[in-house]
Amino acid sequence: MARGPQLTLDITQMSLGNRPLFQGFQLQVQPGETLALIGPSGVGKTTLLRILAGVETGFVGRALIDGVPATEAPVPGLVFQDARLLPWLNCGGNLAAVCPGATRAQIETAMVAVGLGGLAGAWPRQLSGGMQRRLGLARALLVNPGLLLLDEPFVSLDRAVVRDLQTLVANLIVHSGATTVLVSHDPGDAARLATRAVLVTGRPVRILADLPLDRAPAARSRSDCSQLEDLIETHMSEQAP
Amino acid sequence: MTPEPGTRFLRREVWLGWASLVALLVGWQALALWRASRFLPTPLTVAEHMIWLAREGHLYEDFAVTLARAAVGFVAAMVIGSIIGVALGRSRIADGLFLNWVLVGMNLPAIVIAILCFIWLGLNDTALILAVVLNKTPIVITNIRQGVRNLDPAFDEFARAFRLGRPRALWLIQLPQLVPYILVSARTGLSLVWKMVLVFEVLGADSGVGFRVSLFFQFFDIQGILAYTVVFVAIVMLLEHLGIGPIERRLLAWRADPS
Repeated sequence: MARGPQLTLDITQMSLGNRPLFQGFQLQVQPGETLALIGPSGVGKTTLLRILAGVETGFVGRALIDGVPATEAPVPGLVFQDARLLPWLNCGGNLAAVCPGATRAQIETAMVAVGLGGLAGAWPRQLSGGMQRRLGLARALLVNPGLLLLDEPFVSLDRAVVRDLQTLVANLIVHSGATTVLVSHDPGDAARLATRAVLVTGRPVRILADLPLDRAPAARSRSDCSQLEDLIETHMSEQAP
Repeated sequence: MTPEPGTRFLRREVWLGWASLVALLVGWQALALWRASRFLPTPLTVAEHMIWLAREGHLYEDFAVTLARAAVGFVAAMVIGSIIGVALGRSRIADGLFLNWVLVGMNLPAIVIAILCFIWLGLNDTALILAVVLNKTPIVITNIRQGVRNLDPAFDEFARAFRLGRPRALWLIQLPQLVPYILVSARTGLSLVWKMVLVFEVLGADSGVGFRVSLFFQFFDIQGILAYTVVFVAIVMLLEHLGIGPIERRLLAWRADPS
């Protein structure tokens, strides 16, 4: 089992227009950790993820993945807020697009891992919303099973689908040993999946609380999860302005 | 794969399409028998005359020449139009500078362009094809320009996040988004180019379908005109059902409803 990389964010300055978005923002993620970034929408969580993915470069500071600048580090397994599949490629083609060296067998294995075995020939539009997210996950894992960056992976899905998907993500993280950054506005996601929750708010963004969440996510009972959820929500409401 | 919903309807529509074509021929035959006029020969007479023209006349050469002109004009207009369209779609400055030129080109009457080309370059193939290209290119430009404008930046972000690199991004991300626009240009373009070549051949050529039909016209040879028209239509139908149609279905299979 590969251990994921260590992540270091040290953003001295980043502005949107003339409003500072980040000013002296620092965050470290340990190898194999599942960090949930929780905060209101529009606060800049997605931007942090894009910085880690090496897509966003318009900032002063450092974003390091195992000591290597994010833009030069191995391609991360990024999962977008929308599934962002290429509708003109079939499911297998969508995986092959980001991983040109992958064999047919590797692609099928990746699809089986997310419960989409035998669907390599289907078009993305033939999949349900939940299945499309699964394909997005398979794509991320195929590219880089060591570093998963998930941007609101459960948003706008049915409750039952979300449960299934959360279980799947939890298992995938355990199996791959990936370092994972999960961006969400929902404390419930953190309670079910994360080993650490960082609550952010404001402009420029500041860290409200940095909470280690005890117990392995897979071993948490339902009541454990709701306790953690309450804990996170208390911290959010107490310190919010 | 299981057949998609709609395939059955599609098959029935195709069948209906061919049946209606046969009905058209039968109707023509009935009308011609009823009127019994020299100016409306029956389809059978026309078919006989068509065979005679192929054996004794210039039918093959005429169509070969016209098809070649149309093909060269079409390909040139598509290639040039696509390049300029991409440039205008990508660069605001180029767009500001040249969009009005394109509008002028779109609205110049085709026949005026052809006459000018013939006057300036002489009555030859170069002038004819240039006239076709000048008429067709602005339409391709506007289509492709629109397609480039509509490229979804979300997919560009995707390409950057997964480090696809320029050639792969072009092939996997940008080109598939432009395919519908290219197909529309090709489809409208083909029929337009075809018709323009014929008109321009009447105007200033000594070979080709247009030239021959204008000769038939001088002799009021309605059989000849109809025979050439039928061949013309047959070629267009073949091109549609064996060429563009299947290509379009294949390239756009990822969309929800096959059109």
